[in-house]
Amino acid sequence: MGRAGQAAAITMEDRLKMEPILDIRNLEAGVDNRAILKGINLTILPGEVHAIMGPNGSGKSTLASLLAGREGYQVTQGSVTYLGQDLLALSPEERARAGVFLAFQYPVEIPGVNSTYFLKAALNEVRKHRGLPEVDAIEFLSLVKDRIRLLELNEDLLKRAVNVGFSGGEKKRNEIFQMAVLEPTLAVLDETDSGLDIDALRVVANGVNQLRRPDRSALVITHYQRLLNHIVPDRVHVLMDGRIVRSGGKELALELEDRGYDWIVPTEPVAA
Amino acid sequence: MSTPQSTIDQFVQSDYKYGFVSDIETEALPPGLDEEIIRAISAKKREPEFLLQWRLRSYRHWLTMTEPSWPKATYPPIDYQKIIYYAAPKPKAQLNSLDEVDPELRRTFDKLGISLDEQKRLTGVAVDAVMDSVSVATTFRKELAKQGIVFCSFSEAVREHPDLIEKYLGTVVPYTDNFFAALNSAVFSDGSFCYVPKGVRCPMELSTYFRINTANTGQFERTLLVADEGSYVSYLEGCSAPMRDENQLHAAVVELIALGSAEIKYSTVQNWYPGDKDGKGGIYNFVTKRGLCRGRGSKISWTQVETGSAITWKYPGCVLLGDDSVGEFYSVALTNHRQQADTGTKMIHVGKNTRSTIVSKGISAGRGQNSYRGLVQMRPTATGARNFSQCDSLLIGDQCGAHTFPYIEVKNPTAQIEHEASTSKIGEDQIFYCNQRGLSKQDAVNLIVNGFCKEVFRELPMEFAVEAQKLLGVSLEGSVG
Repeated sequence: MGRAGQAAAITMEDRLKMEPILDIRNLEAGVDNRAILKGINLTILPGEVHAIMGPNGSGKSTLASLLAGREGYQVTQGSVTYLGQDLLALSPEERARAGVFLAFQYPVEIPGVNSTYFLKAALNEVRKHRGLPEVDAIEFLSLVKDRIRLLELNEDLLKRAVNVGFSGGEKKRNEIFQMAVLEPTLAVLDETDSGLDIDALRVVANGVNQLRRPDRSALVITHYQRLLNHIVPDRVHVLMDGRIVRSGGKELALELEDRGYDWIVPTEPVAA
Repeated sequence: MSTPQSTIDQFVQSDYKYGFVSDIETEALPPGLDEEIIRAISAKKREPEFLLQWRLRSYRHWLTMTEPSWPKATYPPIDYQKIIYYAAPKPKAQLNSLDEVDPELRRTFDKLGISLDEQKRLTGVAVDAVMDSVSVATTFRKELAKQGIVFCSFSEAVREHPDLIEKYLGTVVPYTDNFFAALNSAVFSDGSFCYVPKGVRCPMELSTYFRINTANTGQFERTLLVADEGSYVSYLEGCSAPMRDENQLHAAVVELIALGSAEIKYSTVQNWYPGDKDGKGGIYNFVTKRGLCRGRGSKISWTQVETGSAITWKYPGCVLLGDDSVGEFYSVALTNHRQQADTGTKMIHVGKNTRSTIVSKGISAGRGQNSYRGLVQMRPTATGARNFSQCDSLLIGDQCGAHTFPYIEVKNPTAQIEHEASTSKIGEDQIFYCNQRGLSKQDAVNLIVNGFCKEVFRELPMEFAVEAQKLLGVSLEGSVG
């Protein structure tokens, strides 16, 4: 919560001077000639946490996948700029190395691949991109142990294959654990709260909050308001039928919880 | 943006790095096979009469046999009269030392990463280098001889240790065993021989490197390895061939004999030319390998990494004759493009309390077809025998195939057999997950494949394990997107 206070200390004037971490302009995209995103505008400044809410099928996960570079989506219009560069021109691995992290809604199991080895390979890719040498074994171990405590995960998970035999909650926490090790500039959390009980939700939110920094941002995609009690967003956007139909402060999330999505009638798209 | 399938479709090109041809003067017999050719081979090698007679018996038996049609592989009929059965680099003169090896030959092996120069070798691996039909050099022979270990080409063994050859040749794989073993017995031209005396632990890894160079030849080598009581030896085998448009036949026989408490570890990294991506060319690798655990408490362990060949047909097995003897088979077989592999093992339990372990990992990519075929047989005498088998298949893409044919025969009620099998697929979602963590598609596939093969790789001698990992990487190379 203290982090949110810090972000508030930055004045509107400061914000306008900052280069956005993410700047989405009039983005239209779809799958197999079916339009899903129909003109998205969204600007995320350093240090901000934005939440995207919306009913099923509104395009939330499409947006997350598109930002991470999953194949199979066609962008028909608009642009996505990440730290001043054209994000859509980068391969998924280039985006990841440049600091875009997606916490998967359904984390994937990779049998035979040791979790620690996997994470170390991932961290080294990020470090190589930043011009840093490969991580030292001792340094890596202490980083991993520190972060695993933050997510209240069992250290045994590190010895197992990536996500294999993990419970649903462990998989979600493992995503945030990986994020905590990789320290991305832009974290996209795709329904990380779905399927989590209240304790796990608190742990995950705590992990995300601990990692809030003035130079990093997050885009939290969720169906439910309850996650936003724990991760307090700077901005909340309502996505309906491929458009952001309303944007506001954190109170908007509470209003949605009270009144559902029906009271918002998608009319003209609004700028975020 | 490309469609999800396309990344895996592109994941099928690979460069075969050993496809060069060396310009070496060769002496060859005319193509075709009859008793005259066999007599000519035997004469060229100045063989004793018993061996010639054995070859002729093999040949006459072979004539009564038909090529097996049960493997899950399709290929046009082989014309056995078009094959050259003997080709050898022309010797300049009798070699007195390794320094006299033809420089072109030496360069060929250097290019393959096999140094024939003992001084330059830091790794302590003794090598027998076989080019086409003959052994061209064997390193560290004197060193090994100090401990009584015989390590030489098969031809030399025939001349220098005919007693051992006569005693053991064909005792594990008789010429009546199968079509290709019979053919090999008739025409084999060279190979490696090793004898480790009682109680000796071989101080270095022994290895044979096979190279096919001449066009239209078949390679028919024969390896015979005898570990006397209480001895230990670790043996490595590697191979490669030039890229040619026609198929070439490789029909080898390997026989291992472990006497009481002896242990043999036999590792193969098979990288014969696999053919191009449309299935043109490549080696037909039709090989019979078998070990006999003759004495009590003996152990034979096969580890193979099969990445090459257009068609692989081999079942390295163990006959567990001695009580308490142990047989192991660890295998990684990879088929890419249009490669076909029908491989597995045979574990024949005869003695009491014999144990066997089978771990088979098949990887299919492109249009590759990969079959595991394995026999576990518990004879009536195999009281208390146990077997554990695990067969896992990994599919890359949706045009390849994986098949498992386990054969289990139990004639003793106290024997125990366990069989586990699994099939999995490298999914686009797994690759994307790795990409999203910063790993390239190629690295992602290598990571997953190596993870899949880890149980087998850890059975390989260290150096070989690294090479095998690299080789799998190369075999699966070709941008995945």
